[in-house]
Formats: sequence, C-alpha cells, structure tokens
Amino acid sequence: MTALLIAIGVICAINVVLTLLLLLAEATIANYGSCTVTVNGEKRLTVEGGRSLLASLKQEQIFIPSACGGRGSCGLCKVVVLDGAGPLLPTELPWLSPEEQRTQVRLACQVKVKRDLQIRIPEELLSVRQYRTVVSGLVDLTHDIKQVTLKLIEPQEITFTAGQYIQFEVPPYALTDEPVYRAYSVSSSSAQKDSVELEIRYVPNGICTTYVHQHLKVGDTVVINGPYGEFRLSDTDREMICIAGGSGMAPIKSILLDMERVRNPRKCRYFFGARARRDLFLLDEMRKLEQTLPDFRFIPSLSRPEEGDAWEGERGLVTEVVSRHVDDASHAEAYLCGSPLMIDACVKILREKGMLEEHIFYDKFS
Amino acid sequence: MESLGFFAIFFSAVFTNNILLTNYLGMCSFLGCSRELKTSFGLGAAVIFVMAATSVLNWLVYTYVLVPLNLDYLRFIVFIVVIAAFTQLVEMIIERVSEALYLSLGLFLPLIAVNCAILGASLFMVIRQYTFWQTFGYGLGAGVGWGLAILAMAGIRQRLAQRSRVPAGLEGPGIALIIAGTMALAFMGFNGMVSLN
Repeated sequence: MTALLIAIGVICAINVVLTLLLLLAEATIANYGSCTVTVNGEKRLTVEGGRSLLASLKQEQIFIPSACGGRGSCGLCKVVVLDGAGPLLPTELPWLSPEEQRTQVRLACQVKVKRDLQIRIPEELLSVRQYRTVVSGLVDLTHDIKQVTLKLIEPQEITFTAGQYIQFEVPPYALTDEPVYRAYSVSSSSAQKDSVELEIRYVPNGICTTYVHQHLKVGDTVVINGPYGEFRLSDTDREMICIAGGSGMAPIKSILLDMERVRNPRKCRYFFGARARRDLFLLDEMRKLEQTLPDFRFIPSLSRPEEGDAWEGERGLVTEVVSRHVDDASHAEAYLCGSPLMIDACVKILREKGMLEEHIFYDKFS
Repeated sequence: MESLGFFAIFFSAVFTNNILLTNYLGMCSFLGCSRELKTSFGLGAAVIFVMAATSVLNWLVYTYVLVPLNLDYLRFIVFIVVIAAFTQLVEMIIERVSEALYLSLGLFLPLIAVNCAILGASLFMVIRQYTFWQTFGYGLGAGVGWGLAILAMAGIRQRLAQRSRVPAGLEGPGIALIIAGTMALAFMGFNGMVSLN
C-alpha cells in the first residue's frame, strides 16, 4: 500500500515540478509583452504577443478565412506581412507560390506575433463579423443534403453579396477536440438579411457535415463568421452559363434569387448534374424561376439514373450535357460551383467552346 | 560495463550499435525528413542535442529518484514526461534567443519529443547499467549515429531523386526502407570493433 502511494506521489511530484517549470518558462521566456499590429497602414491593434497572428486578429474581431483551425494544413489564411514576421517557415512554403513569397504573403496561423507587425489584408475582410445565430429550420433536400436556416441573433443583420460564403464554427464534440471552421456558400437571397440558408451535404466522417447531419437540432445556437469570397455576379450583360453539382446549388441559387428580384434580363442556362433522381432537389423553385426570370432555363441531368427513375430529361455527365447544348461560348461567361474534378472538367470543355479564361468564375469545394 | 570508457562507448554507439541501423529506432522521422540534406541536418543536430541531454537528465532522475524509492518500473512514463518537458522548454528558449537557430533546429523539437530513439537511448542506459559518463557518451554517440544515418540517407535520396528512376511502386518510403536495410548491412562491417552487448 505504501509502495503504491509512494509511486503515485513521485509521479505527481515529477509532473508538478515539470509543469511549474514550463509555466514559469511560458510566463518569462515566452512572454513577448504587448505588440502593435498595424492593419493596412491605419488601424492599430494592441495585442498580447506570443500567439499566432491568426489568433490575435480573431481576438480583435478580424476574421481571416481559415478551415483547419490554425494547423497550417489548409493554406487559406494568407495575409501580407510587410514588416516584423521574420523569415518564411518551412511550414508555410508548400502553400505559397514564388510570386506570393516575393510579395511577402504569409500564413497568418504560422506567423507568431513577437514584435510590432505591419500587415495588409483585403479591405472587405474588415467588414467580416462574427454572428451568433440559432437554427430555425432543418430540411432534408435529398437523402444526403440538408438545408440549414440560421436566424441571426447578434448582430441581427448581415450584408453580403450573392455567391459569397460564411464559415460555420463546429464546437468540440465526438469528432473534434477544438472548434473547427468550415466554409459554406449562402444559398438565400442577399435581400434576406435576418437569416442565412446553407446547403450542407453529408460526407462520411466529415467533422462539420456529421455534426450538422447527426447532432444539430432546431433551436441550437451556431456561431458563424463572414461573409467571404469573390464569387459573385459580374456587372455585364453577357450570356450566363451556370454549372453546379450537389450542394454547389447554393451560391448559384443565391445569385438567381438576386437576379429575380431585379428582373435581370440576361440569358441564363443553368446545368445541374446529379447522379440519380434522388440527388435532385429544389426542382419546383427552379421551375418557378424559369417563369419569373425573363430568360432562364434550368437543365438538370442524371449521370447514373437508377431503375425506376422515370426520367425524361438529360442524361450523362454534366460536361456532356453542356457540350450538347452550347455551341459557341465565346460571348458567354460561366459560373461554376462543385467538386474540383467537376470544375476542372467544365473549365476544359468551356475553353474548347471558345470561352475566355477570365470569363469563367468558380467556387471550388476542397 | 564498468570497463568501457567514454570514447569507446561513444564510438560504438555511432558505428557498431547505431541506434537507427541496428535497433531500427526513430524510423518515422528518419523516413519522413530525409528528403533533403538541409532538413535532415537540422533534425540530426536537434536529435544529437536532445538525446545527449535527455539521457543524462533521465540518468539523474533514474539514479537519484527512481532507484532509491524502488520505483524503477515507472521509468517508461517518467522518461517520456521528462523528454517532453525538456524539448518544450528548449524550444521556447531557442525561439526567444535566436530566430536563425529556431528555424534550423528548433522547429524539429516537437517532432523529436515523440521520437522513439530518444526514449530508446534512455532505456538502453538503464538496461546496460551505465555510469554517468558512460550515459553521456552513449547519448551523444547514439545521437551522432542517428544524425549520421539520416544525413547519409538524405544524401542518397537526393541523388536518387535527380539521377535514377525508381519503380513507381517503390517510390517514397519503399525505396527508403530498402536503402536503410542496405545501409544497415554496410554498418555490420563495423561489428567486432567494440561491442556494447
């Protein structure tokens, strides 16, 4: 018995001594005092040194898009650090092109604030806010896609441009020990300011999608931040070709709803690729848009219809369908949203049809 | 074991009983960070330093705390905790003191904290009942041996990447393991010089 107590005592003593030592080191050696971060040459923030730039900015309510929660594995949190960041780290190199390295782009999650910093971020990120919301609707659109409606509580209104996305904060639960963030396009109209709708497709073992599909209930609180992204309707009157698959529906739907509101007369063809009948959704809404929009057609296609799918419409991969319907794309522009594979295939086919690279806009899921 | 002096142990730890090539310890970082000479040099240097320091630290803890209290069965957990705390502490100090040193060496410390070769060195020191100086010689030697092996490996792999066509199925860890095996065979040539066992 005493032997056991001694063993426990010794283990505890060793651990306590080492912990104290580390705490002491953290308070002295790793204490960098307060540092000033100057944003875009005007806004000055005073932050506690020693943490990552990403975390320090977040504390000051400046949200840089990041999906991995600061582990350097998504490469999204790029900011320009003009002064004070020290040399490039090996952990940043894989994410930065030679051009970006030359222009002092860094990953905010890897740069530690150890002295005063000068940084530059896109002006629009300064308008990114964190919103506390409550789930007001959960609808199964298909067997694996849920429409999530989030009513904004604080702040009560959001201003965004159709096509932009927000980040959904997943709190710690069975699949994650720390909060993680996942980006989802807003599928509701930008005129609807007091709530946002998202379309979230279930991915087996996906941290956020599992949370949404198996744990989230109406009435739950959800924290989001945004809006982000450059994907939006251009200000021209070129013919539009929209191509989406699965939950890629979301940003296109938002754009279409905005077009409906102003009765935008542009010619628009929307190709939507699904595997089988059970993967199609929002058909009624799209038919309604065909009535209300001056020149809009929705063209869904099935690549692998199941037996019993009484299907009169298009068949084949969405790229094949686009290829059949579009002869000359040189005067059109395209809006694509879906998996990287789908996007790459679509870009290829549109280029073959004569579309200019700068007229192809896309939002790649990854 | 009293007979072997500091240098004898040091050299046998580097060559005849190379911890990586005869015991195959510390394999994961050996395979993961041996693509480039520069990276492996930093990692090797960090391992030398940490291995020498932690085996001595663990010797002190073992001899003056665990043995007198009859608690040597706790050595695994205690050694791991000491190693983890030590590497973290050193990382913080290096980061504060010198950015250049941090970039070349400090970055690897978190990787090393869970390197089994480091724990292995401390455990061999117990099994072989080393004295203080023998432990220091062994820790330093094992570190240098590990560093030497990864440098050699990185050199080979760098050349391999430039000059030869590795069959697709063997790329990466596959060919690295074959190279490691060949290197181990080569190191067997040192056998008989000094033996630790």
